[in-house]
Amino acid sequence: MSLLEVEDLRVTFPTEAGPVEAVRGISFRLGRERLGVVGESGSGKTITGRAVLGLVRPPARLAARRLAFDGRDLLAMGEGARRALRGRRMAMVMQDPKFSLNPVMRVGRQLTEGLRLRDRMSAREARRRAIAALEAVRIRDPERVMEAWPHELSGGMGQRVMIAMMLIPGPDLLIADEPTSALDVTVQAEVLRILDDLVRERGMGLIFISHDLKLVSRFCDRVIVMYRGRIVEEIAARELENARHPYTRGLLGCLPRIGGPRGPLPVLARDAAWEG
Amino acid sequence: MAAPRVEISDLHVTFGQRGRRVRAVRGVSFSVAAGESYGLVGESGSGKSTILRAICGMAPVSAGSIRIDGRPVPRGRAFARLVQMVFQDPYASLHPRHTVDRVLSEPLAIHGIGDRDRRVLAALAAVGLPRSFRFRFPHQLSGGQRQRVAIARALMLEPEILLLDEPTSALDASVQAEVLNLLQELRAERGLTYLMVSHDLAVIDHMCDRLTVMENGAVVEELRREQLAAGDFRAPYTRRLFEASLEAGG
Amino acid sequence: MIPAAARAWLLSEEPASPLQARLGVAYLGWLRFLRNPLAVAGLIIVLALVAVAALAPWIAPHDPLAQDLANRLRPPLSPGHLLGTDEFGRDILSRLIHGARVTLQIVALVALTAPLFGLLVGTVSGYFGGWTDTVLMRLTDIFLAFPRLILALAFVAALGPGVENAILAIALTAWPPYARVARAETLTVRSADYIAAIRLAGAGHGRIVLRHVAPMCVSSVIIRVTLDMAGVILTAAGLGFLGLGAQPPLPEWGLMVSSGRKFLFDNWWIATMPGLAIFIVSLGFNLLGDGLRDVLDPRGAGR
Repeated sequence: MSLLEVEDLRVTFPTEAGPVEAVRGISFRLGRERLGVVGESGSGKTITGRAVLGLVRPPARLAARRLAFDGRDLLAMGEGARRALRGRRMAMVMQDPKFSLNPVMRVGRQLTEGLRLRDRMSAREARRRAIAALEAVRIRDPERVMEAWPHELSGGMGQRVMIAMMLIPGPDLLIADEPTSALDVTVQAEVLRILDDLVRERGMGLIFISHDLKLVSRFCDRVIVMYRGRIVEEIAARELENARHPYTRGLLGCLPRIGGPRGPLPVLARDAAWEG
Repeated sequence: MAAPRVEISDLHVTFGQRGRRVRAVRGVSFSVAAGESYGLVGESGSGKSTILRAICGMAPVSAGSIRIDGRPVPRGRAFARLVQMVFQDPYASLHPRHTVDRVLSEPLAIHGIGDRDRRVLAALAAVGLPRSFRFRFPHQLSGGQRQRVAIARALMLEPEILLLDEPTSALDASVQAEVLNLLQELRAERGLTYLMVSHDLAVIDHMCDRLTVMENGAVVEELRREQLAAGDFRAPYTRRLFEASLEAGG
Repeated sequence: MIPAAARAWLLSEEPASPLQARLGVAYLGWLRFLRNPLAVAGLIIVLALVAVAALAPWIAPHDPLAQDLANRLRPPLSPGHLLGTDEFGRDILSRLIHGARVTLQIVALVALTAPLFGLLVGTVSGYFGGWTDTVLMRLTDIFLAFPRLILALAFVAALGPGVENAILAIALTAWPPYARVARAETLTVRSADYIAAIRLAGAGHGRIVLRHVAPMCVSSVIIRVTLDMAGVILTAAGLGFLGLGAQPPLPEWGLMVSSGRKFLFDNWWIATMPGLAIFIVSLGFNLLGDGLRDVLDPRGAGR
């Protein structure tokens, strides 16, 4: 059975100039695998992730023929049940750790709070678990990081702390929204490797949302390419070089390469037909 | 031989007073010939953007010198007609309450240049924006369109040197290609000198003839484009940047 | 409500003139404003105040100053006197209607002077920083250190009682918060790239402050002004109540509360009716200010 089933998902935002459909009827299934969701800004990829987590709030409207997690219908579930699910079985890593960590709480307390409140764990046990999680994301000096304030962490370190925090309850589904875009390139690779190992070891389902097609294809099993709220292509990551949709091909071709030709870069000729 | 267009020698920039001092740039030297496109590559905190700000007089130079055409940098309006800058974030570099028309005509008004209608329309055409965009507000434009407006604004006073501070890092890949192509065209047409800053080695490689790799405010090494493509560099830091650039898309 | 053609013209993605662009933005703001029913209620109250003040001589059933001792202290709903009469037999409704003019005059004059001065002080202070900032802000602190009413009292005591002096005193005490708001806004704006860009274009300080920084502070100040109007009305009423603002027999609401207090236990309506008027108008301005916050907030200027 699929971990996540999404069928005909639509998200609409009301604006002064009339409703705008940001996600326009997309369907996909996710097993215990790594799925990349790729698109440019405005493609609806981030909203798709938030919709799965139940973070689409009024006045935005969500509709779907089916939205199920581990066989349970998410649309029929109350807000409390959704929240419980988000805490334990679904987690999200966001783009910029600066905005995801509470700036006035030490890292250690943020890591242990959930364990102590939700799982009624003793302070000692919670601390042990938190340190283990920090070690799992290859933080060399977890004791020191536990005592640190968020602003004392570098970008890469902050993002590792975020990943550790998300992984502590042992979720079945992890949604990573551009988890490395705010990081320096030399740090990116390290954070991705950590994420990759964790997903592999724990057999989680992963939705990796990114604008970077090449990065996603190296990291995922399957890739969904979104354009203006629709899926234009779904392809095995290995087969990406053989992508057929002109948008996917255009995305692959428009990046400069070191030592590449000096002439103008190929640009996307957008076709109204892609919007379907 | 003529003096280089831009010459930076042993530049130091230090922020903060007594006690907490941050040495953002430490002894950086390089020179850019007229009509050349020169790149500065490094990660956050490498001091590359600070150098551009120092050229504009927006960062405190504590030692060393910046010379343009062999003379100290002019300030005020003379500087404005010689050097302009394109900023990284097109969402922050356009006044949110000004229409495109106002953004483009303001530099003309400051310098008392007439014939504004014609110049504004010509500038829009030069950066590939339709006339109908003239009275839009920034929030009615996409990121790429905003960056085109920002480039048009930088060209209003017909400067000879353009400082480009990560001009495409906030843009989608397909839009980045369009903006980079536009910058190449404009340089060819107008014989501009570019000094471009980026964290992306591939972008710098595509745009520049020579580049300097920076780390923690200091120069790691200076390379020609051919050396980079051939993998002919010594510093391990350059190799790490190089490999990361091959792995990631952008 | 608005014909489809006009709506399309306003919402056009391709405005053909600066005027159309501006009106389009204003129209979107108006639509956003309409979504907040409380704000609309506030706007209706404020518009009603303006209408009542403008039409006072025509809609007031009686002369607000005409005494009629035979009919004194009539309770509300008496024939001919909807809200009753006061101790001199003057019609309370008529006095309230004419009092709206005094209130509006105070509000308008304070709203025109204090925010402009505060805006200027705040933007200059925030933009230049250093000594300018220190001097201007300490001056602001001195004004802020005194309770508003006490300071206004001191000014009125020095200038002499009367509506004009009350307005002057209120304006003199009202500007410091606007200077603070404008300065805070300026500090965030001044390091923005668009300010750096205009500086690189060679713009002078005066131009940057007046044409680029100040417009970004105006909306915060307008919101603050609207929210403060309730306070201004109350201060004016307070001065009137203490006998230092409007002088009898002028039908000023605060003064009416003051003179009615002697009869509060037997003839409650004399003080209560003007009190209610003050309450409703203050509430109106507060609701309007809250609604404007959603519309004018520069961070929400997108769509």
